[in-house]
Amino acid sequence: MDSHSIAAQTAEPAHLEHEHPAFLRHHFENVAQQREAATFGMWLFLLTEIMFFGGLFCAYLIFRNWYYPAFVAGSHTLHIWAGTLNTTLLIISSFTMAMAVHAAEVRHRGPLLRWMVLTIVLGCGFLCVKAYEWHDEWVNHHVPGLNFSIQEFTHTNPAYPGDKPLAPDMAEKTQIYYSLYFVMTGMHALHMIIGVSLLAILLIRARGGAFTNGHIAPVENFGLYWHFVDIVWIFLFPLLYLISRHQ
Amino acid sequence: MADQSIPIGGSLDVTPRDHERVPLLDRLHEWVVTVDHKRLGILYVLYALFFMAVAGAEALSMRIQLAVPNNHFLQPELYDQFFTMHGTTMVFLVGMPILFGIANYIVPLQIGARDMAFPRLNAFSFWLTAFGGILLYWSYIGGFGLYGMGNAPDVGWWAYAPLSTKPFSIGPTIDYWALALIVSGFGTLGTAINIIATTLSMRCKGMTLLRMPLFVWLMLVVSALTLITITPLTAAQVMLLLDRNLGAHFFDAQAGGSALLWIHFFWIFGHPEVYVLVLPVFGVASEIIPVFSRKAIFGYPAMVAASVGIAFVSLGVWAHHMFTVGMTSVSNTFFVLSTMLVGIPTGIKIFNWLATIWGGKVRFQTPMLFCVAFIFQFLIAGLTGIMLAVAPWDWQLHNSYFVIAHFHYVLVGAIVFNIFAAVYYWFPKVTGKMLSETLGKWHFWLFLIGFHLTFDTMHFVGIMGMPRSIYTYEANRGWGHLNFIISVGAFIQGIAVLIFFWNVIVSLRKGKEAGNDPWDAWTLEWATPSPPPAYNFASDPVVHSRRPLWDIKHPDDPDWKYES
Ligand code: HEM
Ligand SMILES: [Cu+2]
Repeated sequence: MDSHSIAAQTAEPAHLEHEHPAFLRHHFENVAQQREAATFGMWLFLLTEIMFFGGLFCAYLIFRNWYYPAFVAGSHTLHIWAGTLNTTLLIISSFTMAMAVHAAEVRHRGPLLRWMVLTIVLGCGFLCVKAYEWHDEWVNHHVPGLNFSIQEFTHTNPAYPGDKPLAPDMAEKTQIYYSLYFVMTGMHALHMIIGVSLLAILLIRARGGAFTNGHIAPVENFGLYWHFVDIVWIFLFPLLYLISRHQ
Repeated sequence: MADQSIPIGGSLDVTPRDHERVPLLDRLHEWVVTVDHKRLGILYVLYALFFMAVAGAEALSMRIQLAVPNNHFLQPELYDQFFTMHGTTMVFLVGMPILFGIANYIVPLQIGARDMAFPRLNAFSFWLTAFGGILLYWSYIGGFGLYGMGNAPDVGWWAYAPLSTKPFSIGPTIDYWALALIVSGFGTLGTAINIIATTLSMRCKGMTLLRMPLFVWLMLVVSALTLITITPLTAAQVMLLLDRNLGAHFFDAQAGGSALLWIHFFWIFGHPEVYVLVLPVFGVASEIIPVFSRKAIFGYPAMVAASVGIAFVSLGVWAHHMFTVGMTSVSNTFFVLSTMLVGIPTGIKIFNWLATIWGGKVRFQTPMLFCVAFIFQFLIAGLTGIMLAVAPWDWQLHNSYFVIAHFHYVLVGAIVFNIFAAVYYWFPKVTGKMLSETLGKWHFWLFLIGFHLTFDTMHFVGIMGMPRSIYTYEANRGWGHLNFIISVGAFIQGIAVLIFFWNVIVSLRKGKEAGNDPWDAWTLEWATPSPPPAYNFASDPVVHSRRPLWDIKHPDDPDWKYES
C-alpha cells in the first residue's frame, strides 16, 4: 500500500491490530490526542459558562448603576460572616481538588480518594451555609414575588446607623437587588450541586482504580470545572456582599 | 466513473454490500443508541426536514390568510401563534440542526478523522435538540392559555418584554418557548464544542489549518460564534422564567426592571445567530463552486480571513435591530457604521466565488444551479441589509414587509438554496445513490420562480407601508394584488419542496449508483466508499495540499507544487 492510500472498506480490524491502553477510544490516534481533545473541549465549555455568567453580571452592572442606594441597603442585610466562611471553604476546596489531580498524576489511589472526599465535604459545607442564608432571607421577607416586604428598608438598619432609610420607590428597587442575588447565587449553587454529584461519580470510579493508570483526563477536567465555579464565587462575594461596607 | 483514476492500492472493495435482513426493531434500536457521527448527522437532517415541513405548513397557512384582504382563514390568535412558531421553528429546529447535522457528517470525513472527538456527547446533543423541538410543540397541548384553547407561544420569535411577561402572557406558553430554546441551545453547544475540538485536535497528517477545506473552516468559525452567543440568551431566558414564575423584576419596567434589557440580550444573541445560519452555507458554496467550475477556489487565504472577520464584526452590530427604540446619536452612528463594515468581508467572499467561476469549465448540475442562484440572491439581500443599516431609512421601514423581505432573502434565498445544494452534492456520499437530475432541475426552477414571486414582491408591499405581523388588512390599502402574488409564489415553493421530497424517496429506491466520487471532487470524503464504513478510514490519510484527491488523480501536476 503506498502512502497515498486513503480508503478501505473495513476500517475497524486495521485499528485493532496495534496495542493500546484500554481507555483509549477507537477514534483517537493515541493517548496524547485523546487527552488534548478532552481538555480542549472542557475549556470551550467553560467559555460558554463565562458568557452565561457574563450575561448575569451585565444585568447586575446596569441595575446597580441605576439603583445604587437600594443595592447598598440590600447588601447590608447579608451576613458577611457567611460569605467569608463560604469563600474560605471554596478556596480550600480548590486546593484539595488540585491535590486530587496531582494524586491522579502520580498514580496514588489512596491520596486521590482522600482528596476527593475532602473536596466533596467542603462543597457540601458551602451548600449548607448557602441554604442557611437563603432560609434567613425567607424569614426576613427578602424573597421577591413570594414574601417580599420593603418595611426593613424604609427604616434605618441598626447594624448600619450611618445608612439613611430609603424613599419608598427606591426601597422597592431592593427587589431588583434580591432578584439578582437569588439568580446569581442560585445558578452558582446549581453548578456546585452538579459539581458535587459529578465528583461523587468520579469517586466511585476512582475506587476501582480508573484514574490511577495514566487516564487522568476526567479528574483533570473536572478540576477545571471546579476551579471555574470557585472563581465565579470569588466575583459574586464582593459584588453581592461587600457593596459599600466601609461606611 | 472517476474512481478508477484513484490509485488506492486495491484496498477498496467495490462489490455491493449484501443486504442482510435485520429486524425492524433492532434496526430502530441501533439508530437510537448510535454514537456514530454519520448516523447522528443523518438523524439531524431528517429531524430538521420534518420540522421544515411543519414550519412550511404554518407559513402557507399564513399566506392563505393574507392572500386577500379581510380574510377569515385564520383567527388572529392562531395567526400570532403561527408566525411565532414558524420563526422559532425555522431558526432553531430547522436551520441550526440541518447545518450542524451536515457538519456532523462531513467535517470528520473532510479532515480525515475517524469520528467526532466526543461521540457520546454528540449523541447527547442530538437528543437534547430533539427534545427541545418536542417541548416547543408540546405547548400546543400543554400550554393552555388566555384563550382557553390549546395554545402556543404567540409573541414573535424575539419574545419582547413586556409582552412576554406574566401580565400580558398569562398561560405557560412562553415558559415552553424559553425552556425549549434553553434545552435545544445546550444541544447546539455540545455540538459546537465537539466540532471545534475535532477540527483542532483530530486532523490527519499533513492537514495544516491552511489546508483545511473551507467548509470545515466555516464550521469552526460558526461553532466559536455559537459558543459565545448562546449562553447570554440562556441567561436572559432564565431571568425571564424567574420574572414569570417567581416574581423577579428583571424585565418588568413598572417595578424598576428594564424591557429594553431584554431587547439587548435578545439581539446580542440574535444578530450573531443569523450569521451562525449563513456562514455554514458560505462553506457549502466554497466546496461546490470550485468542483463544478473545475478550478481551485480563488483566494483561499482571503476567504478564511473574511470568514473570521465577519464573525468578529457580527458581534458588534446587534443594535441595528433597535434604531426605532430611540438611542443616542452616538450609538446610532456606531451601529450604522459597524453594520456597514460587514459588507467588506462579505463582498470579498462574493468576488472570490465569482472569480472561481470565471474562466472555469462550469458544469451546471443541480448543486451548482442552487449555488449560482445563492450568489446573486445573497448579494441582493446584503444590499437591502445595507439599506436598512442606514438609521433614517430604517426608521421608515422597520417592522415592515421590507424587513421581512430582507431577511427571507438571506434565510431562503441564500441559506435554504444552499442547503438544497448541499443535499444534492452530498446525498450520493451518504446513501450511495444519485438524486435524479431531472427532478432536481424541476425542483430548482420552480423554487427559484416561487422564491422571486414571493420575496421580490414583499419589498414592494413593505415600501408601500404594509407592517409585519398583521393578520389581515383592509381592501382599500392597495396591497391586495401584491399579496396575492406573494401567496402564489409561496405555494410554488411548496410544490418545489414536495418534488424534492419525492426525489429523495424515488432516488433512494432506484437512483443511479453513485460510486465513490461522482462529481470528480477533491476533498477527502470522496476517497471513502459511499456510504463510508464505520470509522471512515482504515489507515489515517496523509495529505499534501488543499486538494488531496487532485494530487492523487494528477501525480504529474500536484497542487503542493504551487501552494506555499
Ligand atoms: C451585509 C449583511 C447584512 C446587513 C447589512 C443586514 C442588516 C440588517 C438590518 C439593519 C436589519 C434590521 C432591520 C429592522 O428590523 O428594521 C436586519 C434585520 C434582519 N436581518 Fe439582516 N443584514 C445582513 C445580513 C443578514 C443575514 C446574513 C441574515 C441571516 C442569515 C440576516 C437576517 C436578518 C433577520 C432575521 C432580521 C430581522 C429580524 C427580525 O426583526 O425579526 N441579515 N438586517
Ligand atoms: Cu442583525
